[in-house]
Amino acid sequence: MKDRNHLAQVTTVADVNIIDNGIIDIPMLQILDENGKATPEATLPDISQAQALKIHETMAYTRVLDERMVAAQRQGRISFYLASTGEEAATVASAATLSTEDLIMSQYREQGALAYRGYTTDQFMNQMFSNKDDPNKGRQMPIHYGDKALNFMTISSPLGTQIPQASGYAYGQKMAGKDAITICYFGEGAASEGDFHAGLNMAAVLSCPVIFFCRNNGYAISTPAEEQFAGDGIASRGLGYGIKTIRVDGNDVLAVYAATKRAREIALAEQCPVLIEAMTYRLAAHSTSDDPSGYRSKEEEEKWRTKDPITRFANWLTHKGWFNEQDNEKRLTAMRQEVLASMKRCETTEICPIDDIVNDVYDSVPWHLDEQLQDLKQHIKKYPHMYPKTSGRMK
Amino acid sequence: MAQMNLLQAINNALITAMTDDDKVMVFGEDVGHFGGVFRATSHLQEKFGKGRCFNTPLTEQGIIGFANGLAAQGSVPVAEIQFGDYIFPAFDQIVNETAKWRYRSGGQFDVGTLTIRTPYGGGIAGGHYHSQSPEAFFAHCPGLKIVVPRNPYQAKGLLLASIRDKNPVLFLEPKKLYRASISDVPEEDYQLPLGKADIVQEGSDITLLGWGAQIEELQKAAATALDDGVSCEIIDLRSILPWDAHTVAASVMKTGRLLINHEAPLTGGFASEIAATIQEKCFLYLEAPIARVCGLDTPYPLAHEKEYMPDATKIYEAIKRTLHY
Repeated sequence: MKDRNHLAQVTTVADVNIIDNGIIDIPMLQILDENGKATPEATLPDISQAQALKIHETMAYTRVLDERMVAAQRQGRISFYLASTGEEAATVASAATLSTEDLIMSQYREQGALAYRGYTTDQFMNQMFSNKDDPNKGRQMPIHYGDKALNFMTISSPLGTQIPQASGYAYGQKMAGKDAITICYFGEGAASEGDFHAGLNMAAVLSCPVIFFCRNNGYAISTPAEEQFAGDGIASRGLGYGIKTIRVDGNDVLAVYAATKRAREIALAEQCPVLIEAMTYRLAAHSTSDDPSGYRSKEEEEKWRTKDPITRFANWLTHKGWFNEQDNEKRLTAMRQEVLASMKRCETTEICPIDDIVNDVYDSVPWHLDEQLQDLKQHIKKYPHMYPKTSGRMK
Repeated sequence: MAQMNLLQAINNALITAMTDDDKVMVFGEDVGHFGGVFRATSHLQEKFGKGRCFNTPLTEQGIIGFANGLAAQGSVPVAEIQFGDYIFPAFDQIVNETAKWRYRSGGQFDVGTLTIRTPYGGGIAGGHYHSQSPEAFFAHCPGLKIVVPRNPYQAKGLLLASIRDKNPVLFLEPKKLYRASISDVPEEDYQLPLGKADIVQEGSDITLLGWGAQIEELQKAAATALDDGVSCEIIDLRSILPWDAHTVAASVMKTGRLLINHEAPLTGGFASEIAATIQEKCFLYLEAPIARVCGLDTPYPLAHEKEYMPDATKIYEAIKRTLHY
C-alpha cells in the first residue's frame, strides 16, 4: 500500500480531475464455471480429496439442517430460524482454510462454518431449543450459537458490532504472539453500519491479523444491494482503508477456498487485515419471519438456483472421480434421520434452573440480584402453575 | 506517600497496572506519545512501547468495539474516551456488547478485563459537550460496574481495582478535580473495594450522599450546617453500579434523613433510584422526604453554569428544609 498520509507524497494535476467508480474495475476470482468445470486458465488450489469431500458434506449437511429447521419453525417447534441456502460455499469453504486456533466471529448466517468446525447436531439443537445443555444457557434466540472449545464467539444480534471486536481480538492475538488470526463474517447490509468503518479503519491503522469476510448476498432483509450502497460493492471500500482486498465468486467453492487461504497467509505473515467480498445470493428468506415474494421475483430466484454452490461443487467432484451420487443420497438420508432424531431428543430437554436467571450477569451474583432472585422464587412458589418450566425443580 | 493531583494518581495507577501485568494495554484518542488531552497517559508509551500504549483513530464506537474484542481475547484493555460527552457513539458497544457478553454466552466468553476511563462533569466552563455526567444511562445496564473517585487517593486505589476486577468497569473521572484535587497517595500498589460506599464524615442528623466532585460541595455544606448545630453524615457512594444500599440504609436508619446530590439532571438521575430503594428499606425511620439536590432538567448550560450546579449553598438550603420539615 502506498503511504499517502503526507501531503508531499500526493501527486498533482493541473486540471479538475474527477475520480469515479468507473476508474477501477474490481474483478471476481472464479475457478469453477456454473457447471462445475474448472476454467482452463485458472490455478486450482491445492486441496486434498478428503478435504474437498468434507467441504461438500458440510455444505450438504447445512442444507439438510436448514430445511428441517425451517420446517420445525413452521410447525411451531422453534420460534425462529435463519437459513443459509445458496451461501454454503462462502461460509464452509472459507472456514475450511482456517486453523482451529483461529477465532471465528460470525454474523448469524454462518452455521456452515460452525458445522465445519465440528459443532454437532445435538449442539445445534440444544441452542435452538434453549435447553439446559446449551452452554449459552438458553439465553438467546435460536441460531445465536457460540462455543469456546471450537473458538467460535457467541453471536449477538446487533449488526456489525463484531467487526471492530474482531480487530481488537486479532490485535490481542498479535500481542500474545499467537500463530492465529481472526475471521469476521458479515453481510453487505451490515457493512453500512458505522462499526464496519470503525473496525476496518482500526484494523488497518493498528495492523491487526484479521480477515473481514463479507457475504454480499444481494439483500438485507428486503433491501436490495443497489439501495444499500452506490459504490462498487464492499470490495472498493477496502482500498480506501489501505486494506488488501479480494473479490471472489461466493458460489464457487474452489475460488472461496483459494481466496481465503491466500488471505490467511497474508494476514498471518504480514500481520495485517485482508478484506474478502464473496458475491453470492440469499436463496433463502432473510429469516422465518420474512417472505421474499414481496420484494423479488421468482425468475430472479430461479436464475440463482442454477448457480447452486453445492451442485456446482458436486459436478467438479464428479469430474475428479471423487463423487458418487448413490453414496451422496445415502449420506443425505442418514443426515436427515440424524437431524430429526436429534431434534426429537433435544426439544424435550428441560431449560436451565431458575437460579441461572441471575448467573453470569457478573462473575459472581451481587447482593441486589440475589435479593431479586429470592423474591422471584417466593413468587414462583406461590404461583407454580404460571411458571411450569421452573417451578417443579426449585429448591 | 507522595503528593499527587488526580491526574498524577491516575497516571501512577496505570503505570502500576502496566508494570504488574504485561497484558494491560492503554489506548484511545491522543493517548499515545502526546499522553492524552489531559495528560493522564503521559510517558506510558515511552515506558511500555507503542504496542501497549497507542493512539486510535477518532472513533468511539471503534475504540470500545476493539476493546471488547481485546478483552474477550484475554488481554486487559484500558480504553479512554476523551470526554464522557462523546461516549454515546459507543453506547451500543457498551450496552449491547460489553454488558451482555458474559450472560449471552452462558459464561463461556466475557470481557471482564475491560476498563473504560472517561472524564465527566462540569465546573470547567465546558458547555453542553464537555460537562455531562452520563452515569445514569449506564446504571440502567446490568453487567456493567460504574465507579467514580472523589480524590487522588481514591482514584488510584479504585482504578487499580477496576482494571483487575473480573467485570467490565466504566470509570468516571471528575475532570474538575484533575488538577484541583491534591492528596497523599501511596507509591505502592493498593486497591480500594468496588461496590462499597465510604463514610467520609460521621454525623447524626442527616445523611448527605454523593460521589465524585460533589463530595467537596457536600463537605462545604456540612461545615456551614455545623455552625447551625446540625451534624451531617457524608457518604461517598464510589460505585454507582452495583451500589452499596446497605451502608446508605444503615446511615439513614441512624440519622432519619437523606439528601442525595449529583450534577446530572434531576429526572431519571441516579438519585431517583437511590430514593426509591431507601424509602423501601427505611420507610419507618424517615423523619422527612428524601431530598434530591441535582442539576436542572436542561442541557448543561455554559453562561449559567454556576446557577445550574447543585452547589454547597443549594445543599445547605436543602439540609435546612429537610431538618425543619
